[in-house]
Amino acid sequence: MWAQVLAIALVVGGGVATLVLAVGSHRSLEETRIAYYERYGFGDVFAQVKRAPKALADRIVDIPGVAAVDARIAKLALLDIPGFSEPASGQFVSLPDNGEAHLNRLYIRSGRLPESGRTEEVVVNEPFARAHGFSEGARFSAILNGKKRELVIVGTALSPEFVYTVGPGDLMPDDRRFAVVWMSEKALAGVYDLDGAFSAVSVKLQPGASEREVISRLDALLDPYGGQAAHGRKDQTSHAWLDHELDMLNNMSRTLPPIFLLVSAFLVNLTLSRLVALEREQIGLLKALGYTDGSIVLHYFKFVALIVAAGIVLGSIVGTWLGLRITALFGDFFHFPFLVFAKAPDLYVIAGALSAAAAAIGALRALREVVTLPPAVAMQPPAPPVYRRLLPASIQLDQIVSQPTLMMVRNIARHPVRATFTALGMALATAILVVSLFTRDTMEQLIDVTYFLADRQDATIGFVEKRIGNVVEQVHRLPGVLAAEPFREVPVRIRHGNVERRITISGRPADADLRRIIDVDLRPVVLPETGLAISGMLGHILGVAAGDTVELDLLEGARRTVTMPIVATVEDYFGIRGMMDMDALRQLMREAPVVNSVNLSLDENRKEDFYAAVKSMPTVAGVALQRVSLANFRKTVALLITTMASIYTGLAAVIAFGVVYNNARISLSERARELASLRVLGFTRGEVLRILLLELAILTLIAQPPGWLMGYGLAWVMKTNLAGELMRVRLVVEHSTYVLATSVVVLAAVASAAVIRRRIDNLDLVAVLKTRD
Amino acid sequence: MTQSVFTATALTKTYVSGEVAVHALNNVDLEIAEREVVVLLGPSGSGKTTLLNIMGGLDRPTSGRLFFRDLDLTDLQDRELTKYRRDHVGFVFQFYNLVPSLTAYENVALVTEVAKNPMRPADALALVGLEERMHHFPAQLSGGEQQRVAIARAIAKRPAVLLCDEPTGALDSKTGIRVIEALLGVNRQLGTTTIIITHNASIQQVADRVLFFADGRISRIQRNETRREAAELTW
Repeated sequence: MWAQVLAIALVVGGGVATLVLAVGSHRSLEETRIAYYERYGFGDVFAQVKRAPKALADRIVDIPGVAAVDARIAKLALLDIPGFSEPASGQFVSLPDNGEAHLNRLYIRSGRLPESGRTEEVVVNEPFARAHGFSEGARFSAILNGKKRELVIVGTALSPEFVYTVGPGDLMPDDRRFAVVWMSEKALAGVYDLDGAFSAVSVKLQPGASEREVISRLDALLDPYGGQAAHGRKDQTSHAWLDHELDMLNNMSRTLPPIFLLVSAFLVNLTLSRLVALEREQIGLLKALGYTDGSIVLHYFKFVALIVAAGIVLGSIVGTWLGLRITALFGDFFHFPFLVFAKAPDLYVIAGALSAAAAAIGALRALREVVTLPPAVAMQPPAPPVYRRLLPASIQLDQIVSQPTLMMVRNIARHPVRATFTALGMALATAILVVSLFTRDTMEQLIDVTYFLADRQDATIGFVEKRIGNVVEQVHRLPGVLAAEPFREVPVRIRHGNVERRITISGRPADADLRRIIDVDLRPVVLPETGLAISGMLGHILGVAAGDTVELDLLEGARRTVTMPIVATVEDYFGIRGMMDMDALRQLMREAPVVNSVNLSLDENRKEDFYAAVKSMPTVAGVALQRVSLANFRKTVALLITTMASIYTGLAAVIAFGVVYNNARISLSERARELASLRVLGFTRGEVLRILLLELAILTLIAQPPGWLMGYGLAWVMKTNLAGELMRVRLVVEHSTYVLATSVVVLAAVASAAVIRRRIDNLDLVAVLKTRD
Repeated sequence: MTQSVFTATALTKTYVSGEVAVHALNNVDLEIAEREVVVLLGPSGSGKTTLLNIMGGLDRPTSGRLFFRDLDLTDLQDRELTKYRRDHVGFVFQFYNLVPSLTAYENVALVTEVAKNPMRPADALALVGLEERMHHFPAQLSGGEQQRVAIARAIAKRPAVLLCDEPTGALDSKTGIRVIEALLGVNRQLGTTTIIITHNASIQQVADRVLFFADGRISRIQRNETRREAAELTW
């Protein structure tokens, strides 16, 4: 019996483990983030400005609802790292020369802060230092304000502002190619001629203050100084990505574990009810010996409680262990300086209570029938179950259908509810496998569309400031450049009704071939001469479609508010954005042809020459490399998703095995006498095994299509829950995924059949001759 | 003398339970002839079931030899024993052991499907007088009818021997007699050697020979010069 108890405990444990690991790791990361933000003063509102006098900071503090202000200098610059050919960029941020910053304070990991006014001394973010093996004293160069300067690392640090670090134009973090560099304010001000001025501000709000109100007052204050529209945490890159990742974990923890837990509860219910029904004779005996109904029920409840407790303990241990591993994995990915492991006693209670209740109800269902019998009846074997012909007696099927097949069909027909539940259990096992595995397909599709269909450029050069049009020709002349396409980006606020978002509109040439726009049918779209194309997701958020009109606040140049027709919605998976024909955008901005970046196609063989050339261009803020970005994407996001998927797949396989094994095992107990008689009559072990497992095999196969369907449905729910402004996917479930899910279930079935076979070998043939049960 | 179906020499079966060795069968020598009807009588634990199990290929002797015709059953592997049961032995159990999800007809067909030279299931059922009830399920049949289905199932593959362990044990006398009638009818028509274990002394009258068992030995053999018909029995 222990094997069966273990199998049930495994199923309970699988359900409990999923809940504990998913919710536990999400809570831990969430609490880590909260603690990190709080201890290191992460700001609430952020704004960039061209040049504002420091005195303005005092007026910002006076805005109602503002608790603290940190005004500083922030600049992007190109880095030149010895022994590293690819161009890298750095986000330079000033540190106050006296005392600590009010907000976004550093967590110093090693070394010290730069000395006041020392232009060469910098602190860098730890991941960057680690990626290059830099420690204190290491040197690299940067082009600051058009001049190459050598810098020396005096310390490494982490900051709540740069949990997730993405370089300009990049989609994915790349610690080798993007650094956060902190410098003395005096020094950085000297380099950029910003003495007594600041170029970035972050604001901490008082509790209950209106972010919207503060932003609009802040915008009004900064506007005369070339301020770009302020934004909240939602539009702060690091926070938004972190939020997205945590959201994803949260969604996973809200979608998958309940399914796992329900499946396991359901199975435990089914299994225990059949198991207790088998105890009929013992129950009769206990009653005959004078045990009361209550004490018998209690006895079986204890038995059930023992199994469930074993499952909960097993699941909690595995779940906690996996949860800690995942928390550590994500913590490492986000470079959290510390981890807060959330204790979650409530989870154990929820998981335990649900499993225990399901098990108790299952046992009670069977007990109610048995306990109400008089002991004499209970001790006797149950009357032969009544079967019915499915077809009139005149139709003889024995020429077509074998008797074992008939047995199987009639068994299913006699226990339609049980057969349905069994098939449902199998279908759910398949479904949770599909939903654990589909992310792979979906990610491949995302990679295909993003990197090979839409953004086909090899590199994108981003400039520190917008440049006039002939820069494209200059870039084209760089070594190794095969083609160059300009790109103009304008920040806007887009509005429809009450909904508004801050986005960037990119202007691209009509004949753009490197960076293309892909419609929902995955075909390239040529933008019309007027009008705006937007991300499908943005259309969804704003509630607009092609043909509708939106309002745009232009946040650059002559700030105007215009209305603009939507001409197309676009299939993209990262961010929400607008796209226009470059000339149309220029006319809208009422400006001469300017570009922010240039997209390039490169000669693979002359890459190094190109890198060398671009590194000495003082106007370049960064170079995004698609190949590297894709590799990083696979390495990071795909890795995290694959890890989660593998864990869930493992647990799903355990559950699948539990379903099949328990079913086969109980069928064997229920039919032991029948099967042993067949052995006595000269049936071989193989034939008997076939008779026993035929029903399960058929139910397993019947369960597959509904399992796929449910899996697709669950995958859709998960995809929909995961869809965000930052990232989303198109649901793709390859045939191979269905095949894999089914294979795992079938494999689990075969494995349990192998275990059951040994039981058949040990069937007591002699006992059959004598006893009825 | 007709050829022997079973020839046992010094057949011994010892069960060891704890430190006590129980001689379930102790040095039994025995021959059973073709077409013979043999009744085994004796108290519980006297060894008759052990002998039946060994003859049926469900158990192996500890020592001694048992031949089925020319086949030495003593050292057969599991697989060969299964084949032996399948080809040559029909079993009738005390509790019928029918498959509840199959009709009488189908229960018989279950065996004929895997047999070498079976009779038609309907013919087997006619032999035990159940042609009218062949499309009924076990739950729709009386105990005696169920046992007759079991007999039909056992003989449908034309076995050489029919082994019956307490075939009337669960039945009242009237139905019991009908079952014995069916067994004798099969023996008469097909010539199947029939070995019946019973606690019911009346049944000995239908046998060619009666073997009395005590303490794992055959204590006495009684040969009936004339076999009584089942209808003449009472108990």
